[in-house]
Order: sequence, then structure tokens, then C-alpha cells
Amino acid sequence: MKPIETKQEYSDYVDKKSPDSPILKNCFNAFWVGGLICTIGQLILEFCKYKGFDSQASSTIVSITLIGISAFLTSLNIFNKIGKFAGAGSLVPITGFANSIVSPAIEYKSEGYVMGVGGKMFTVAGPVLVFGISASVIVGIIASFII
Amino acid sequence: MKKVGKQTISFDAPPIILETASIVGPKESEGPMAKYFDQCLTDEFWGEKTWEKAESKIIKETVNTVISKSGIPSKDIDFCFAGDLLNQCISSSFGLRALNIPFFGVFGACSTFVESMCLGSVFIESGAAKYVLCATSSHFCSAEKQFRFPLELGNQRPPTSQWTVTGSGASILGHVGEGPYITHITPGKIVDMGIKDANNMGAAMAPAALDTIIQHFEDTGRKPSYYDAIISGDLGHIGKDILNEMMQSKGYNIKSLYNDCGVLMFDKNKQDTHSGGSGCACIGTIFSGYFFKELKEKRIRRLLLVATGALMNSTSTQQGESIPGIAHAISIEI
Repeated sequence: MKPIETKQEYSDYVDKKSPDSPILKNCFNAFWVGGLICTIGQLILEFCKYKGFDSQASSTIVSITLIGISAFLTSLNIFNKIGKFAGAGSLVPITGFANSIVSPAIEYKSEGYVMGVGGKMFTVAGPVLVFGISASVIVGIIASFII
Repeated sequence: MKKVGKQTISFDAPPIILETASIVGPKESEGPMAKYFDQCLTDEFWGEKTWEKAESKIIKETVNTVISKSGIPSKDIDFCFAGDLLNQCISSSFGLRALNIPFFGVFGACSTFVESMCLGSVFIESGAAKYVLCATSSHFCSAEKQFRFPLELGNQRPPTSQWTVTGSGASILGHVGEGPYITHITPGKIVDMGIKDANNMGAAMAPAALDTIIQHFEDTGRKPSYYDAIISGDLGHIGKDILNEMMQSKGYNIKSLYNDCGVLMFDKNKQDTHSGGSGCACIGTIFSGYFFKELKEKRIRRLLLVATGALMNSTSTQQGESIPGIAHAISIEI
């Protein structure tokens, strides 16, 4: 190997030396775990409909149940293990959103309920809320002109 | 004491490392080095309510251990140099506030342990102090909380990431007594080769280690073969590999002598620590627990100890700044 002099040379060299994430394995795990979570959601939905709830109420029950399970598993230190295994598979469904709010709430409880739990609860989920809501507003405005 | 070459200080009456102590957390206790540490914890909180309090307790108890092992009354210790990774070094200052020894807070990121020993040895050699205490700590959970994400967040760590060591290492330096002595110190320059990935610290710090080690050889006129071992702080598997190759490219072959505390600390295959250990306590505990004993028993007679640090914080990372690295070296002989 010839001596490295510039930052660009070093950056290229480091890229070569650094192992990549196992993308195929990660994708596969994300696929089946994410699919499983959605299937559980679908089962709850069908069950609610079978019990006589209308489709809107059933969807709400699905969200509440999945959020509840995810928050509970987060508190038991289990969800982070699922997340490590499944990546986007558990992150993208509503379970990941619940985890991203509950985990800082637990972590920052030591700084008090107001500035700790209250102030830091949305440090991870905050960007999702800001840009998610902003995007939905913009899409809503555009839709109101088209439809 | 005199300066030799560009940035090395050579001691005429070398300060002696009289005693060391180390305490590590549960994950480190499952690693290959566990048997060398003074105490292995089973609980990351160690009975405290917060990670920060736990880390303070770890450094406090490590310092108490080193003082009692050394047999030197704490009132005879002239100065204390200590630091850690938490904002404003609160683990050290909170942990050691009851110590009643004049205190210098030191920040060199993960290079703090050797930085403290550099400063302490200058104090000893100059006659300003008879005994000096050097200590450092880090905690996986408090570091994750400050630098990355909450622990319970279900995310993935890239293969280049490193695992912050939970623990603390402390040493007492003195002007007389038995033990290995510090013959040279080579404080490092800040070296930034433009790495921005906070999940690849080994690559960010390796150029600093390269710079300091080569400078040490140039200043002292020594060759790598002078040493029985060259040990870096926390470059991890990737950084170790990079340093080996870059040293080779500069004409120095250190491969057979060189190892890294981040590589030694964990079993990569069993412990899921990716590129290895990191944090102030990585070199602090491994030197205090393992290498100090090897030196005392003369299995290693000449050791070049190079602590590496990444001088960044979470704000600089979010602002897209690159990561400046630093490495301080001390030559320890017996």
C-alpha cells in the first residue's frame, strides 16, 4: 500500500476497510418481521369486524393494540432486541413509532417528569411528527384543489 | 526532564507507576479479560438510580481501591488528574468530590487516561508532587444516552460501531518506590483526516495514533523493535487494521508487537460488540488490570501505551463536522 496523504484518499481507503451492513440478511429479517406485525394487525382487524365494530373503529383498535404491545415490550427491554434483529421491519409499522416515544421517556425519567419525560419524549419521534404532519397538510391542500 | 525532538519529553528521574486499580461492568465481566480486573459488576446501575450516578460510583470506588492497594494515605497524594466522557466531566468531579485531593479535570475524550498520566508524570518529575492520582471512567449507558439514542430504542448498530466500555481505571504515580516507570511521554497533535461517521471512531482516530507513534520513534530515535508491545486505546478491529497498514506504508512494521485494548476487551464473535470496545475506561481498565501486572512481573519490559481519543460531541456530529482525533503516548519500562 502506498502512503495516504489526502483526506479523499483516506476516505476512500476507510470505505474499503469498513465492512458493509449485511443488507440481504437485514432485508429478509425486516421483511418477515414487518410482515408478521402487519399480519397480527390484520388479524385484530378481522376479529374486531367479526365482533361487530365498523371498519373505522376496528382500525383504531388495531393501532391502539399495537402501540400498547410495543410500549409494553419497550418497557421490558424486549423491543430493542426485536428492533436490532428486524430493523425497519419493526421500525416502520406503528410499533416503531410507539417505541421511539416510550424509549426516551424511560431514558430521561431521571431528569424529572416535566423537563425529562415531557421535554425529551419526542426527541426521536419529533422529526417524524413535524415532517409527517407538514406533508399531510401540503398533500391535503393540493388534494382540495384537485378533487 | 527535557524535551527531545519535536514533541516528546524525556524524564531524567522517571516517575514510577506504583499501583493501579480497575472496576468493570457486566458485559466486560463476560469478556476474555475479566479475570484481570479488581472488581466485576453484575448490575449496570450498581444500586444507583441513574447511569450518571452509577458511573460516578464506579470511578469513586476505583480510586478508593487504588489508594487502599497502594497503602499510601490519601492525604499524602498531592494532586488528582481525572476525566471522563460526560458533559463537563461530571462523573469524575461528582465521583471524586469527597476525595479532598486537589483536582484537575482533564478532557481528552478516550485518551484521557494517558493524558492524565502525562500531566501527572510532569508534576512528579518537576518536584511539584510526590504522589499523583490519575483516573478515568466511562459507562456504556450514559455514553449512549449522551452521544446516540435511548437504550430502549429498537435500532441497529452498523458493523463499524464500537461498544463503550463500562468501567474505570486508576493509577498512582510516585517519585520513589517499586514499579514500572514512565521514561518518555509524547503528547499528540490533533489530527483530522475528514472522517464524519460517528459510527466509525476507529477510522477517525487511527491517523492520530499513526502521527503520534511515528513522532515518538523520530523524537526518541527508537525503532518499533525496541518495544515488547505497542498498545493503542480504542481503535477497535477496523482502526487496528488501518493503523497496521498505514504504519507499514510509512516503513514501520509493528504488526507482531501491536494490539488494541478495544480488540482485547470483548470477544467479537460472542459478544456482538462489532468493531470492539471504546471509551475512556477501555485503555484505563485494560492497562490497570492487565498490562500493569505484565510489566510488574516483567513479562513485558518495554511498553508503548498510546491512548486515542475522538474530540467530538453530538452537536458537532449533527452539524456535519468531521471528527478530530488525538493520541497521546507514554513509554513505560521496567
